[in-house]
Amino acid sequence: MVTSTARRPGKTSSLAAQRRRSALIAWVFVSPFVLTFGVFSLIPLVSSLAMSFTDLRARDIRNPFNVNFVGLENFVSVLTNESFLRALRNTLVFVVVGVPSTLFIALVLAVLLNSLSRRVATFFRVGYYTPVITTIVAVAVVWRIMYQDTGVINTMLGWVGIDGPNWLSDPNTALMAITIMAVWRNIGSSMVIFLAGLQSIPAEINEAAAIDGANAVQKFFRVTIPMMMPTILLNTILVTTGYMQFFDEPFVMTNGGPLESTTSIALQVYNQFKYGNYSVGAAGAYILFVLVGILALIQFRFFRQRT
Amino acid sequence: MTAIDGSARVAMAAPAEDRSRRKPFRWGNLVVMVVLSIGLAATILPFVWMVLGAFKTKAEIMSRPVTWWPKSPTLDNFAAWFFQFDILRPFLNSVLLAAATVATTLLFSSMVGWALAKMRFPGKNAIIVVVLATMFVPGIVTLIPQFVLVANLGMVNTYWGLILPGMVGAFGVFLMRQFMLEIPDSLLDAARIDGAGEFRTFFQIVLPLCKAPLATLAIFTFMGSWNSFLWPLIISQDDSMYTLPVSLALFSAEAGGHGADYGLQMAGSFLIVIPVLVLFIAMQKHFIQGITMTGIK
Repeated sequence: MVTSTARRPGKTSSLAAQRRRSALIAWVFVSPFVLTFGVFSLIPLVSSLAMSFTDLRARDIRNPFNVNFVGLENFVSVLTNESFLRALRNTLVFVVVGVPSTLFIALVLAVLLNSLSRRVATFFRVGYYTPVITTIVAVAVVWRIMYQDTGVINTMLGWVGIDGPNWLSDPNTALMAITIMAVWRNIGSSMVIFLAGLQSIPAEINEAAAIDGANAVQKFFRVTIPMMMPTILLNTILVTTGYMQFFDEPFVMTNGGPLESTTSIALQVYNQFKYGNYSVGAAGAYILFVLVGILALIQFRFFRQRT
Repeated sequence: MTAIDGSARVAMAAPAEDRSRRKPFRWGNLVVMVVLSIGLAATILPFVWMVLGAFKTKAEIMSRPVTWWPKSPTLDNFAAWFFQFDILRPFLNSVLLAAATVATTLLFSSMVGWALAKMRFPGKNAIIVVVLATMFVPGIVTLIPQFVLVANLGMVNTYWGLILPGMVGAFGVFLMRQFMLEIPDSLLDAARIDGAGEFRTFFQIVLPLCKAPLATLAIFTFMGSWNSFLWPLIISQDDSMYTLPVSLALFSAEAGGHGADYGLQMAGSFLIVIPVLVLFIAMQKHFIQGITMTGIK
């Protein structure tokens, strides 16, 4: 009572003061994040772009005034570099083959799981999700051994009369071998997201379609797929963005070989970094960034037209 | 939803042939189970092969044709990791990296998520837009400037350099904000009337309500950090700072030396994968909830 009457004369200024105080408190809450995010994500993101227009090398990092502006030179040298172009091609092949395979198998599995009882479905769901949680480096080491010419995969192919290739040593099959492993590892996460999408389709819609005389196949293409479009879009963008950056698999399994048949954009950027060509690496990384953005935009457009 | 339910719903697709349709779809369910089982076998084959290989002797794992069950199971591969290659150091490094990353991510994400959910302050929209816009930036784009920055701070090959850049992530901020938006304002007003300040409200009322998203965030941050490879690879310059994946990858890459010892590599993979696998199976409910809650792995 007493305080409220005492405050009345200066009401507007105290309101402003209170607003300032709550803004201050809010900034106390956000500042640890904003500071670390700004310093370790935002500034590097901007300086990476700036770097790509200079001739920064490893020996210049303590001496920024040695650095010169070189315009688009790094981008030209990256885009005319044969190794980088091969990496670009490999990355796109990996995405074009890997993404639809992953999504198709994941969707089929999700639809199959959705038709089972919950307990059985949970068992399979946990099993299929297992590869997702494992360290890529560790499973890549295991797969590299399995892919040997006389390894377990070719032994099993031999059971059905197939003479398997020397997967990782043959430039014609190495990228396919890595793609198969990536699909194996990523099916689970797409599948779980698809399953959540399937479970959110109201049962009445399927029942209405059934009353209208739709069979299972018709219901799948006319009801399930259209209802799932937002989920399919989300999964497509997530998997594409992930696959565009593949690095750990070729690093461990082939180091980009044989004959650069499995080198990726990220691996090329890493190699430029390792040789000390920081600005060239930054230019390569930004090209990857732009490609990821363009692909996401195309996918977004494509799906929006269909919904 | 039971299996009978499922087939009944499918049977409804052709009401006229209800009775004749019901049986084939039971068979259909069996076919589905068989297909899923074959797929599951293929999915877990690499793990089975890894476990079996880890216990084989060098002679057996190199011999052809391949054997399945180890003829004379041995712990030599594990012993070599512990005594010869000192895996304890990279193991502790990995644990430290994961623990520090989880702790800071949980604290910072929930603090900023709270401010973004319930407070009004200048700069709020800017934070949301910038964080959202950078969510899908490939990690490799910021890699080189991050290294230059860390090098200039003198933190290459130190724990600070290893941990600092991974301390915050956009994903956690949005996860926490989304959940905190649902907390009723009346509850906060009640706390305020009882005289609790902003910080007390946050730590004693808000955080205890957020156990579910915090658990999800902890699990996913732990996984990401335990599995991370590129940054630990470039920031560590000798084996005192290696994490488990770096240690294993470099060991496996030395093809000329002991790289050909596949049993050792299997045992190394085993030591990285099995702790996480056990954690996953024990907590699988939280995992799946987390994915369906956020739509993002």
